[in-house]
Amino acid sequence: MAKYVLKRVLLMLLTLFIITTIEFVLIRMLPRELPQEKVQAAAIASRWEALGYNKPLLVQYGIYLKNIVTSWDFGTSWYIEFREPAWNVLTKRLLPTVLVNLYSLIFSIPVGIGLGIYAAIRKNKWQDQVISVMVMLFVSIPSYVYAFLVQYFLYFKWNLLPLQVYSLADAGNSWTSWKMFVSMISPILALSFGEIAGLCRFTRAELTETLTSDYMLLARTKGLTKAQATVRHALKNAMVPILPMLISSFIGILGGSFIIEQIFSIPGVGQLYLRSINLFDYDVFMMDGVFYTFISLLAGIVVDISYGFIDPRIRMGER
Amino acid sequence: MAVKETKSIQLSADDFTFVHKGERITDKQFEDKPVSYMKDAWRRFCKNKASVAAAVIIICIVLYAFITPMVSPLNSRFMDSYYSKKAPRTRYISALGILDGGVGRDFSEKGLVRAVGIGVGAEDWAGTGQVTIGDALKSKYQPMLWISDPVEKMNAKKEVTRNYSGKIDVYLEVGFMYLSVSQKEYEKIVAYEKESGLHILYPLVEDNQWNADASDANNWFKTKKNAPVHVNEKGKGVVQDYSEDLILEDNYKRDADGNPIYYEYTGGGTLETAQFKVRALYYNYYVYKNGFEPYYFLGTDSQGYDLALRLAGGIKLSLLVAICVSVINFIIGAMYGAVEGYYGGWVDMLMERVSDILGGVPFIVVATLFQIHLSNQVGPIVSLLFAFVLTGWLGTAYRVRTQFYRFKKQEYVLAARTLGARDRRIIWRHIFPNSLGTIITSCALVIPGVISSESMLSFLGIVKLGSAGSTSLGTLLADSSAIWTNYPHLMICPAIVLSLLMICFNLFGNGLRDAFNPSLRGVED
Repeated sequence: MAKYVLKRVLLMLLTLFIITTIEFVLIRMLPRELPQEKVQAAAIASRWEALGYNKPLLVQYGIYLKNIVTSWDFGTSWYIEFREPAWNVLTKRLLPTVLVNLYSLIFSIPVGIGLGIYAAIRKNKWQDQVISVMVMLFVSIPSYVYAFLVQYFLYFKWNLLPLQVYSLADAGNSWTSWKMFVSMISPILALSFGEIAGLCRFTRAELTETLTSDYMLLARTKGLTKAQATVRHALKNAMVPILPMLISSFIGILGGSFIIEQIFSIPGVGQLYLRSINLFDYDVFMMDGVFYTFISLLAGIVVDISYGFIDPRIRMGER
Repeated sequence: MAVKETKSIQLSADDFTFVHKGERITDKQFEDKPVSYMKDAWRRFCKNKASVAAAVIIICIVLYAFITPMVSPLNSRFMDSYYSKKAPRTRYISALGILDGGVGRDFSEKGLVRAVGIGVGAEDWAGTGQVTIGDALKSKYQPMLWISDPVEKMNAKKEVTRNYSGKIDVYLEVGFMYLSVSQKEYEKIVAYEKESGLHILYPLVEDNQWNADASDANNWFKTKKNAPVHVNEKGKGVVQDYSEDLILEDNYKRDADGNPIYYEYTGGGTLETAQFKVRALYYNYYVYKNGFEPYYFLGTDSQGYDLALRLAGGIKLSLLVAICVSVINFIIGAMYGAVEGYYGGWVDMLMERVSDILGGVPFIVVATLFQIHLSNQVGPIVSLLFAFVLTGWLGTAYRVRTQFYRFKKQEYVLAARTLGARDRRIIWRHIFPNSLGTIITSCALVIPGVISSESMLSFLGIVKLGSAGSTSLGTLLADSSAIWTNYPHLMICPAIVLSLLMICFNLFGNGLRDAFNPSLRGVED
């Protein structure tokens, strides 16, 4: 197992390195733009010269890697936050993103799995059919349509919640304050619909498969009630593919949702990405690219490895 | 114990003849027609009602996208900036009180007089001063479609104010407009007026103390603080209340004989360059300019384009991109996966690493980089296609590879090889048709993914389809995202169409998947 994990991690690092190289070349090839104002433009230009931005690409890449290894320096933000290290710019925005997505997951996991279990037990009855139709609707409709609906009903129609997430100053200088949480309810809801529907569909599919398997019949013949057999045997087996999926969604909360952050003006990593493109802040863009690549690779590898831990029958990489 | 009586069976020699003696007992011809894989899949697909309904809806949406531009009198480049963000308005259904360009709104008394005044002004085109509000309410140019009874309220100064709610036609609400026309144009308009009987040009308005805003052509009657007044002999304005018998007192510019003035010289030396200021009823001016009345059955968008046509264009573009991506993914994915799966070994290893690397790049980063690097050279749509294609085929390739691993060790492949078939023939003639069902399904399920990603990218502004000719559903939604609370029709139509497309393609894809899965055969029956 350890050997398999090590192999996967090394492969992941290699892949990350190659993708980073490609991204670096593509981003550094973009023409950089200086601000209109002369003094600031001159200051930035001289800094770029000193940081080696005018040297050949290969040399630049060497400098970039050296900076990461020696001082964890992923470049500097020039426009979003002048002369702030890109790493700090990114990590500062992680908290709101993570919070919103975490709340949404905490809300949607029990609801989604619960509905999925209910639908599987009531398979082909009207309850199952209602849930299936709803799931189909909610999986298909894009998230910003929910966002609009949530805004329309909760803000314009009933005036229960604020239109957008409060800024840090408005909510008592804390991301975790109650006021901030209330303003985050709308994006949480908008995020949750799709998540609940996806989880529900997945759970239902897995559980119906295990419910019809032979060991369930055996469990019933041994004298277990239907509820006992379902909880102890079917549910446990159905969880094998569901848990890795949950793990990958927990890693995915780092990335956040671009659309929801844009609509509800959450100052998170998704918004940072869009701003870095619009303001031509390419060092931050590069940081973002590496960050997103890392997350997606990490999610993949963690899911693969977690299968081995969750289900003792699956032993990856062994012959 | 009693012996059970058994019935004796009488047998004769005739019972022991050979049934088939002298007959050939080889197979007869099939009495039924053989059911091919495709036919079987088609039969099972038809049984799935949800998928069939989804397919029908998809066809309807596609037909809409192609037929609307053909039957519409407008073309997709037609725009009218005065009629922007307007509500849906139709010629025939409007009698039912829906899609009549009407928007519900609350009015103060002053606001109501102002709105109704447009109708009065339009009727009283000669400045006779004979038209009451009651007459004008029946006018074709009356913006107010419906007015409620007044609700009286006390305000902070203990004055009684009356408020109305009503439905106003947002096209007629535009009312009058000052235009600058040349002599030639002016004569053309006058000739058109005579020919059609429509009134386009209306008297100019005096810029005096009774005119609150001289740049607004709708201030044609005398007002004080926006309330209508009657000017008495002493030159004082007496504020008048709203009632159906009220005659609004006009503030038209008149010559010495008391006839209203219709145009005013504003500049330009010669006959060709001379410009005249005129006051026109915009609704009729629009008819004069375009030859048809403003009917937009989905309303107009934020710039004044016909939303129905923009929507048709958006559907076409979104579907075109989706289908292109699906087809290209199919070709690349099938070839890559086939080679990977068939040869296996180190070829597979190497190709898997390549697809690992491609699969690791986040799609949004790819899309952004392609947009920044290529959109100036090849345009945003083509660079979007590149971005989709770069990583999109990985899924198809993976599925094909799995199918090839499954089938390549089977006996018929061995038989084909023994007969001397080359690799290419084995791959395409023997193994590939077996995995076709899976691949077609995955292609159908690519389409909703592409549509939603495309609309997401345009919504976020990463893909900028600026020009009027090309638009996508995401662009339409992004356009409306800031203003949809005031103009909900801008958001509702694209959102409904997009959601419908997504739902239907998902259902359709699921139907295909079930139809092509032979293991489900007979399960539902």
